[in-house]
Amino acid sequence: MSDLTRLTAHQQAELLATGEVSSVELTRAHLDRIAAVDGAVHAFLHVDEHGAIEAARAADDRLSKGEPASPLDGVPIAVKDVIVTRGLPSTAGSRILEGWVPPYDATVTERLRAGGLPILGKTNMDEFAMGSSTEHSAYGPTHNPWDLDRIPGGSGGGSAAAVAAFEAPLAIGTDTGGSIRQPGAVTGTVGVKPTYGAVSRYGLIALANSLDQAGPVTRTVLDAALLHELIGGHDPRDSTSLTDPVPALVEAVRAGAAGDLSGLRVGVVKELGGEGFQPGVEARFAESVELLRDAGAEVVEVSCPHFEHALAAYYLILPSEASSNLARFDAMRYGLRVTPEGDPSAEDVMRATRDAGFGDEVKRRIILGTYALSSGYYDAYYGQAQKIRTLVQRDFDAAFAEVDVLVSPTSPTTAFPLGDKLSDPISMYRQDIATIPANLAGVPGISVPSGVADEDGLPVGLQVLAPQRADDRLYRVGAAVEALLEERWGGPMLAQAPELEVAR
Amino acid sequence: MSDQVLSFEDALERYDPTFGLEVHVELNTETKMFCGCQNAFGAEPNTQTCPTCLGLPGSMPVVNRTAVESAMRIGLALNCQIADWCRFARKNYFYPDMPKNFQTSQYDEPIAFDGYLDVEVASPDGGSETVRVEIERAHMEEDTGKSLHVGTSGRIHGADYSLVDYNRAGIPLIEIVTKPVAGTRASAPAVARAYVEQLRELILALGVSEARMDQGNIRADVNLSLAPAGSGELGTRTETKNVNSFRSIERAARYEIGRQAAVLEEGEKVFQETRHWHEDTGVTTSGRAKSDADDYRYFPEPDLVPLAPSREWVNELRTTLPEPPRERRARLQAEWGFSDLEMRDTVGAGALVLVEQTVAAGAPAQAARKWWLGELARRANETETELSALPITPADVARVQALVDARTINDKLARQVLDGVLAGEGDPDEVVAARGLAVVSDDGALSAAVDEAIAANPDVADKIREGKLNAAGALIGAVMKSMKGQADAARVRELILEKLG
Repeated sequence: MSDLTRLTAHQQAELLATGEVSSVELTRAHLDRIAAVDGAVHAFLHVDEHGAIEAARAADDRLSKGEPASPLDGVPIAVKDVIVTRGLPSTAGSRILEGWVPPYDATVTERLRAGGLPILGKTNMDEFAMGSSTEHSAYGPTHNPWDLDRIPGGSGGGSAAAVAAFEAPLAIGTDTGGSIRQPGAVTGTVGVKPTYGAVSRYGLIALANSLDQAGPVTRTVLDAALLHELIGGHDPRDSTSLTDPVPALVEAVRAGAAGDLSGLRVGVVKELGGEGFQPGVEARFAESVELLRDAGAEVVEVSCPHFEHALAAYYLILPSEASSNLARFDAMRYGLRVTPEGDPSAEDVMRATRDAGFGDEVKRRIILGTYALSSGYYDAYYGQAQKIRTLVQRDFDAAFAEVDVLVSPTSPTTAFPLGDKLSDPISMYRQDIATIPANLAGVPGISVPSGVADEDGLPVGLQVLAPQRADDRLYRVGAAVEALLEERWGGPMLAQAPELEVAR
Repeated sequence: MSDQVLSFEDALERYDPTFGLEVHVELNTETKMFCGCQNAFGAEPNTQTCPTCLGLPGSMPVVNRTAVESAMRIGLALNCQIADWCRFARKNYFYPDMPKNFQTSQYDEPIAFDGYLDVEVASPDGGSETVRVEIERAHMEEDTGKSLHVGTSGRIHGADYSLVDYNRAGIPLIEIVTKPVAGTRASAPAVARAYVEQLRELILALGVSEARMDQGNIRADVNLSLAPAGSGELGTRTETKNVNSFRSIERAARYEIGRQAAVLEEGEKVFQETRHWHEDTGVTTSGRAKSDADDYRYFPEPDLVPLAPSREWVNELRTTLPEPPRERRARLQAEWGFSDLEMRDTVGAGALVLVEQTVAAGAPAQAARKWWLGELARRANETETELSALPITPADVARVQALVDARTINDKLARQVLDGVLAGEGDPDEVVAARGLAVVSDDGALSAAVDEAIAANPDVADKIREGKLNAAGALIGAVMKSMKGQADAARVRELILEKLG
């Protein structure tokens, strides 16, 4: 069974259910795979071999009694380091939280544990989820399994790379402006940002509270649906959590996988293409649109005129919220403490700790946010950004009055070389041009693989957006695209990825 | 470094004071404002904490419904409008005892606004007058932790180290802010004090707070400014923080009037700043500079959804309001049969609730008033504490009176019982037992003492035999002296008359 790690999570769950494989075997296989390739990929910041095997044993116990805790009981998972895990380090990619072991579980973590999923470890990310390349991790970048010299996307590059490199069948990501979807696109994997409030944020180390949303990172749309159903649903500890029941996502996948999209109205967002979008990305996108039409969908062009201001609004709202969220890292209660020479005051200790503990991108955004919220500037920056946010929401409302879903390329480019955009933050920020509007409006989005770009042979993602609470539409359309493309390719897109060299 | 101070009378001749009060009320909800931790006073440090009130990464707040109700009830009792829709906001600043380095509060969208409280104050002619104090807003927020600076100074500067207790962090607070109160002239300090006293009375009647100033359940900041007399202007204000007794509110206001007048007399400007009140020396000293540009970078709390109390909810709460303070005072005065003067003194001494509770515990109203305004007021004054902060309960006072009425003790012994209770020796019965204070009404012992007194004062005895009963007083005095005051005087009299009659 050397190919266990190549199976989808759903396939793994089936083998567990029939008893053909044990969760311990499965978990061991992934731990071995991590040992073999993670030296090159660096998707993980922390691997919990002991805890994962122990959870796998407990899963096997339940499975042998025919009492699985969930449809994914025993299937291992990787968790982005921004989600707190009791007893497991949670650094959010930052030096300031190095060695911090939370005394509590996030609701997502609780639900994973309750569902019986062994947690393999914590995945790498841009510090506090600020970035689109995972290069802003304080612990070194993650490498794209398709080309180790390239970025895996960000901020959730670790989760996407772990799944793409078969180190884990499933992972949890978080998406504030594209941190699940863009890494999904550039690593040839599936990533879903659910409707804002659909998955509890309790225990998610906040970047920007009004934009953050946790979601599934997987290799197939069905796996994403299985995971989404497990982690979704109301949580009284998160006031912004939706009270609706989780939609029937797995059912939507089964409906979509038949490949028939008759009656579906699809809108192509005029503003999310053209200048700044790589030709290979546009070519794959055009093909996907054709595919949707062939499957019976009615495709029209829609305009969302305020999307062009979305990036600017986002880079005022996000730093504002982040500057306040990150104030708590002051060396008084937990995390790094740097004590300057002499007889320092508490303020001196705070200053020295924050200076040493935060990276440049974090400091940049704290400064931006502090400025934007300052008295005399608030109306011109934060206030204005909130107005743009409302206009973006109205663009979505108008568009969804015409169509059922919107589509665009997930990211304007394929994975770029490591180091390429580090000295040019604006160009880095532009990576999220197509994904940010969904966060501003709280609508759900998915990125599914749509082929590789002709010019560089690297993955391209198709983004599908749906109205709030209509996450099931993402799964229906995503599953259809996936089925039709895999039929064309004769297998999953990741089969086209180069084999990683295995460390001995 | 001590400031020049003009006499109060001189200051008022030349300047008109305007004051405002910001009062923080700690609610007595079961749990904290945004988490399920217990809201209780006096627990071991850092035992009533959780990820949320410690501000651990990833934690999130959830609003305490009871706290919202209390806030609305306070608002309604203060004749405020209740917002249809309001939000929490983050007030950003760094301080070691503030776990998130922002305080979750309300900014431009308070839950209650535009109200008033009619305050009764003694007028110079001996009567009382009503001053309407307008309420600008009442909003919800969370408390911070408590810092203990260890070292000789007791202040953060120069401390050897500091300890922080986060048990208090996240306890629900309602901040009640008045509009500027002008035109009260020489009464300003008294009105300020009466406002806080009567606000506390209202809070107690609402049952939303323990309202103990000595435990910091109610904390007041006094804003005060002066303008040239008759100018109708508004001067630069100072904010004296954490003035935590009624008496201090009045003293601090008086002090600031004198200090600011002296500054203005010198032709200088009052510096806008926060000031610290020193209970021991009775002065305020400069804190940090405060300006309107103090930048807390407020913005709406994104982890909490807006609060939109339905009108049904508000109306339901309206039915739970206690009797309005003025009507309540009128009713109590009638029930107790107090004269206007007695009532005014009771209210003025901040003893209304104490008397009410003492009466509820079984004491006659006049007796309750006598103890609180007499003996106990004197003790409070001696120790410079609030009447309500004395370590004696209304039930204790009622018990002392009951012991007097039962002739177990007399008035003189009752004072000693109060001494014992105040010294922490236990409840009145325990003090009586431990100190052996009960009067002797055992006829054997009394009879012997009476015989002894008659033998020692034959001439007095003769007078009584002749029918001059007034002379009995001298014998009673002699018996009391020999029994060290612990004799039942009425019984002694009876025995004397029996023996000599």
